[in-house]
Amino acid sequence: MEVSFAMTGKGYVLLAADTTAVHSIIKVKTDVDKIKELSPHLLMAYSGEPGDTVQFAEYVERNIRLYQIRHTYPLRPPSAASWIRRSLAESLRSRNPYSVNLLLGGYDTSTYTPHLYWMDYLGTLVEVPFAAHGYGSYFALSLLDRYHDPEATVEEGLAVLRRCLDEVSKRLVVSPGKYKVKIVDKDGIREVEL
Amino acid sequence: MARRYDSRTTIFSPEGRLYQIEYAMEAISHAGSVLGVLSKDGIVLAAEKKVTGKLLDLSGSNQGGYGGSGEKIFMLNSNVVAGVAGITADANSLVNYARQAAQRHLFTYNEDIPVEVLAQRLCDLKQGYTQYGGLRPFGVSLLYAGYDPHYNFQLYHSDPSGNYSGWKATCVGANSGTAQSLLKQEYKDDITMDGAIDLVLRVMSKTMDSTTLGSEKLEFATLTLDPETKQPKARIYRPAEIDALLQKQGLGKKEEDTEMKS
Repeated sequence: MEVSFAMTGKGYVLLAADTTAVHSIIKVKTDVDKIKELSPHLLMAYSGEPGDTVQFAEYVERNIRLYQIRHTYPLRPPSAASWIRRSLAESLRSRNPYSVNLLLGGYDTSTYTPHLYWMDYLGTLVEVPFAAHGYGSYFALSLLDRYHDPEATVEEGLAVLRRCLDEVSKRLVVSPGKYKVKIVDKDGIREVEL
Repeated sequence: MARRYDSRTTIFSPEGRLYQIEYAMEAISHAGSVLGVLSKDGIVLAAEKKVTGKLLDLSGSNQGGYGGSGEKIFMLNSNVVAGVAGITADANSLVNYARQAAQRHLFTYNEDIPVEVLAQRLCDLKQGYTQYGGLRPFGVSLLYAGYDPHYNFQLYHSDPSGNYSGWKATCVGANSGTAQSLLKQEYKDDITMDGAIDLVLRVMSKTMDSTTLGSEKLEFATLTLDPETKQPKARIYRPAEIDALLQKQGLGKKEEDTEMKS
């Protein structure tokens, strides 16, 4: 049961995704990285139909990279989000649509602002202060309503994230054990241990 | 025999030159000049109109349909204004292409097209005509004055070969050499918007054929940031506004000139 969270803070965006690969009722792997680094200041957490997710994420990754090679600078987060949304929306009405849900977190180096986008397989795109996909969202959104602060430091942000993950472990029947957490800010992308 | 390498655009001469491209550039050096100056808080564009005359009906441009009903300065997108020098008909086709490219970018990325990307799009098209046979290259050089969040204000120049380059101040068209050296002497890196307007008009008045500047020979535009929205704001001056500006700068028609006319 896939779970992913994301939230903005003061000058950063934090993304967390579980690391389990599931086949039928079996946990196949517990160290999968489901957060792709699209550009020096852009992260994308993906979940959904296995296979679709990897295929689509790699397609996005390569195209964002191509734009950066062609134009020397990468797409800014709002433009990248628009492009990815359009790709999903076009795929939806094709013969074989991708069923992939995304969280896109990035830091805009030209306006010095963090951006977080929630996107689903229907091509819905919303810019949000915090977001979640999967069963985790049923437990975490209320917590984030109560505790999220857009001006929070990284430590405070991580503390709120820990609350969410603890709640999921406590209440969700089939909760994943491990998470990967990544942060993007003015200095770029880094992984943090919880 | 000399024409052996002239008849097709895509054939190199033994010295390794493409004559048709060079002729296209030559055509531009006779066209009305366009001048651009970059300052930290905006860009100034000015262009010399060659097609004038008492009988020419300018009532359309006097009204102004200000996406650029002018002849030399055009809005390509909300963040880019361009001045064109060369064959006007070719320029119209390029302007149309640029506007489409800009809207396509807006559609896919939901952002105004970055200035350099737009210049590259047009140059890709222009380059195509230096390579594929049977076609004449565009006889047009453009100056792009634009703004984007990546590099703020930018000024680019592109020529018929498909080369483009960024400038602090530059000029294309007739007398561009004289204008260029004047700009080189007078340009300061910390030039203000008012300074840039002053510089552009002064250089223009020196390099143009006519003795007095006036709206019938001059097109003028600025690109600045709107102080409230922080969005780029292009302003293509109307004929009356150009005359008022020239009057303010002391470059307009003198009182005695008008007396003599009447």
